[in-house]
This record gives sequence, C-alpha cells and structure tokens, in this order.
Amino acid sequence: MNEIEPVDKTRMNESYTLGPLQAGPPCCDPEPLIRVDNLTLHYRKKPALENVSLDIYKGCITALIGPSGCGKTSFLSVLNRMTDMIPDCRVSGKVHFNGKDLRDPALNVQGLRRDIGMIFQKPVPFPLSIRRNIELPLREHGISKQAELNDITQLVLQDVGLWDEVKGRLESSALALSGGQQQRLCIARALALKPKVLLMDEPCSALDPISSGVVEDLIQRLRGKYTVVIVTHNLAQARRIANYAGFFWIKDQRAGCLIEFGQCKQIFEAPVHELTAAYVSGSRG
Amino acid sequence: MSLSRADRQLLALLRGCALLSAVIVLLILLFLLRESWPVLRQVPLLRFVTDASWHPVDGLYQLTPMLSATLYSTLGAVLLATPLGIASAVFSRYYAPPFLAGLYRRLIELLAGIPSVVYGFWGLITLAPLIGRLHPPGVSLLTGILILTLMILPTVALTVDAALAAVPIAYVRGAAALGLSRWGLISGVALPAARSGIIAGIILAAGRAIGETMGVLMVAGNVVQQPLSLFDSVRTLTANIALEMAYATGEHRAALFVSGLALMLMVLVLVGTAELLFRERRYD
Repeated sequence: MNEIEPVDKTRMNESYTLGPLQAGPPCCDPEPLIRVDNLTLHYRKKPALENVSLDIYKGCITALIGPSGCGKTSFLSVLNRMTDMIPDCRVSGKVHFNGKDLRDPALNVQGLRRDIGMIFQKPVPFPLSIRRNIELPLREHGISKQAELNDITQLVLQDVGLWDEVKGRLESSALALSGGQQQRLCIARALALKPKVLLMDEPCSALDPISSGVVEDLIQRLRGKYTVVIVTHNLAQARRIANYAGFFWIKDQRAGCLIEFGQCKQIFEAPVHELTAAYVSGSRG
Repeated sequence: MSLSRADRQLLALLRGCALLSAVIVLLILLFLLRESWPVLRQVPLLRFVTDASWHPVDGLYQLTPMLSATLYSTLGAVLLATPLGIASAVFSRYYAPPFLAGLYRRLIELLAGIPSVVYGFWGLITLAPLIGRLHPPGVSLLTGILILTLMILPTVALTVDAALAAVPIAYVRGAAALGLSRWGLISGVALPAARSGIIAGIILAAGRAIGETMGVLMVAGNVVQQPLSLFDSVRTLTANIALEMAYATGEHRAALFVSGLALMLMVLVLVGTAELLFRERRYD
C-alpha cells in the first residue's frame, strides 16, 4: 500500500521528545493493536451501534466516516472507556487492546486512558496557564521533577509546532489561544503522556480552514509513532490522511453499524458496498 | 450600533436598577456620616485609636478593642468556614451519590435559614459552657468564632457548590480522557475553574461575618478589651452598637455611628483587597 508519504527530511531536524514522529514506514505489515469483535452499544434500551467488528492497526491512521448519528463517536468512546461515564450505557462484545480485554471491569481505567488518549471536536484547554495544562496530567501520572516537566513541555509543544508561538507566554492563560492553537495544545497535552493510541473526534471541524490544515499536517506526522483513530465528516481529509477507513451507516433507521472497512484507497476508489460507493461519491449522506 | 425599541427600554431599565443600587449605598454612607458628624466635628480621627478607653459618656472613644474583636472573629470564622465549605461542596458535587447530594444540599440550605438569634441561643446554652470548662469564662472570642463559622458555612458551601456546578462538563470529560483521577479533576481543574465563584462566596461570607450582630453578641461576653487569647471575652463593633443604641444620646450616639462607619470601611477594604489580590491570575 502506498498511502504513506516519504519521511520529510526537514522535519527530521527538529527535536522530538518522542523520537521522529514519522518513524519509518508503518502499515506495510498490518499488526492489529485494537481488535473489536461484535461490539454492540445501547443507550438505555435504544441501540446506538450494532455488531461492529474491526481491527485498528498499529502505527496507522484509521478514519471513521459516515453521516451524523451513526455511532462513530460512541465507538471511539468505547475504546477509552469514556462510556463508563454515561449512565445507562450498555456495551457488549469483545474489545482487546494489546491482547488485553479492554472491557474488563477490573482494568485500571486511568492507566488505559493514559495509553489511549482522546482529542475532542471542541478543544478543551483547562482554564489554567499553558504550562499547567501540560503539567497537570503529567503530575497526575507521577512525574513531579520540575526540570523533567519543563523538558517534556517544551518537547511536546515543539512536536505540535506550538513552541515558537507560545514560548514567551507559557504562564498566560491557555484560553487566550486561538482555536487552532488550543487544539494543538490539547494534542500536545495528550502526547505528553506518551499514549499508544490517539482517538480524535472530528478534531478539525471546529477550526477555520488554515488551522484545520495545520492540525491535519500534525496528524499526518503522528503516523508510525502513534496509532490514530479519527472520526471525520470531511471525506477529502479522510482520503488525504488515512491508511484505513471504516464506513458507518444507520441501518433500518435503528442503530449504527459498520458497512465496510478496508484500506482507505480501496474504500474511496473501489468500494464493495453500494452504500459506501454512494456516500464517498457524495450522492448519499 | 442602533438598538431596537425593546433593547432601549431594557437598557434604560437596567441602568435605572444599577443607578438605584449605587445611590442607596451612597445614601447610607451619607446618612452614617451625617449622624456621626457631631462627634467627628470635635474629635480628631486619631483619638478613636489613641484614647485611653471606651467611655463615650466621658468623652473617651477608643474603638480599637472592638475593631480587633470584629477583625479576629471574622478572620477566624472565614479561616474555618472556607475549607469546610469547600469540602462540603466538593462532597456534594463529586462524591455523594445523587439522592444523598440532593438531601445534603437541602440540609445546608436549612442551615442557612436558621435565625442568628437561635445560633446565639444554642451557643450560649451549649457551646459557651463547654468552652468554659476548657478555660473560663466560656463566653469568648473562640465561642464567637465558632458560632460565626457555623453561620457563614452554608454561604461558602452553597456558593462553592453553585460554582462547581457551573464547571463545564467538557472539562470533566477532558480530564477523564487524560486519565485524571477524581481528585486530580477536582484539585487540578474544577476548583481552579470555579475560582472566581469561590472567591465571591468567601467575600460574601466574610461580609456576613463582619456584620453579624446577634449571634456573636450572645456568646462573646461583650467586655470591651483587647483580646489577648482566644478565651478572652470580646465586644465586636456590631455588638457595641446593638448594646448601647437604646440609651445613647448626643455625642455617645454619634460615636456609635462612627462604629457603623468603621464597619462599612472594613467591608470596603475587604472587597477592595480581594479584588486586587485575585485580579492578577484570572484565566477566564
């Protein structure tokens, strides 16, 4: 598969905490990191998602596309157990992450969420300074040496291309940043925890086109080092950045389900299912 | 920008309300000044802190012991009620199961509704003898502080509770997604986000503590003296006014209005300081 861009040499010169973000050609040898088998999700009695089975491959960007209300966000929420916070939400089926049962009630959910980060549609910087936004989760996870915190802060801000914009005002409010900067700060905050997976719920849709482009470039650069699952309504974006794509649809006016899953190129250029073909060509949905 | 008719009417109404509130405060201040004028005209301000004692009938107007009593009792009550009130709000918002949280909130509201004279009565009958056993006489600064704490606790608890309720759910989800524990969310995100509401609650509570009269009057002993320990009897400025107003005439009466003026100044200083202290690091 040739979805992967060549490693950008100029970017290799920048310093990265976490190693070069494009760490070699991923996805050539798909290795499932998350395996979802027959997942069904109910809100109260109402099914929101039925019988979804798919694999999320390590180091790849997987895009979830489909119309609103077909359960894409619910699917993401299962993967980092945010569904625990929704009363009357019932999940059944098997979800394995790194070989471990992700739905195990005894699982350390805080640890899981450290491994599987999440970025929301609307950026959620906390009403704290820029520095404190990044330090807070780090301190929570046991990193308390100021020198180490400073290093990580600088490196992750460099990773998301925010360092030069904010290095002079780390102590000022994160809420004063622009929408695009806030979203990049949130990504930096998530990266600081060295997650294995990043779940992104329409991370660009609340941003202006230029900021959206910047964030999209950033997501591209996460490929290889991180496994990214991104929900997007922007088909062109999905096509540009994803290695794999899953198409969700509301079946029988009832619950969302996965219609088709495969390599991005195949989904967009040679869809098997007629609904997929209609959706990606823009004639439905 | 031109406003519609309805907007103009509303604007006029709102301006009217704002003006009315401001005018009322100014009128009260003017009234206090007018009533205290007979003594302010003759006695230099410095004598209110340098006179030998408070014997207004003999022309001695030392207010310091009462100023200190008000200051200490307010400070003590705020120091005690703030952590308790915040803890209470955090409990009802983040730890109590929903049915208990509702019940608990009603209880705190009830606590806010108890008349101060009832608190004072309870303090006099129950609390003062207990403290008297520790160190006589029992009616003391400490008893006053404890009664005041009880009285302002609901103010702090309810305002902080409301401020925490106003913390956007997005912060809660954002914090959870970063693997923050419940306490991590509370201490790192929710309390800082609710900061201005919490400060408002503390100022409100401090204002109430400064102005509280009956509850303290009944338990603090009302001896005009500079308190040297928590177990000394004290008389607050408010108690001073309430105790002597009935029989004060002439310059004595005017001197009591000076006490009122001093109270108002204290509240002014309190609000001003809070404003200065907390304006710097506001992130919203």
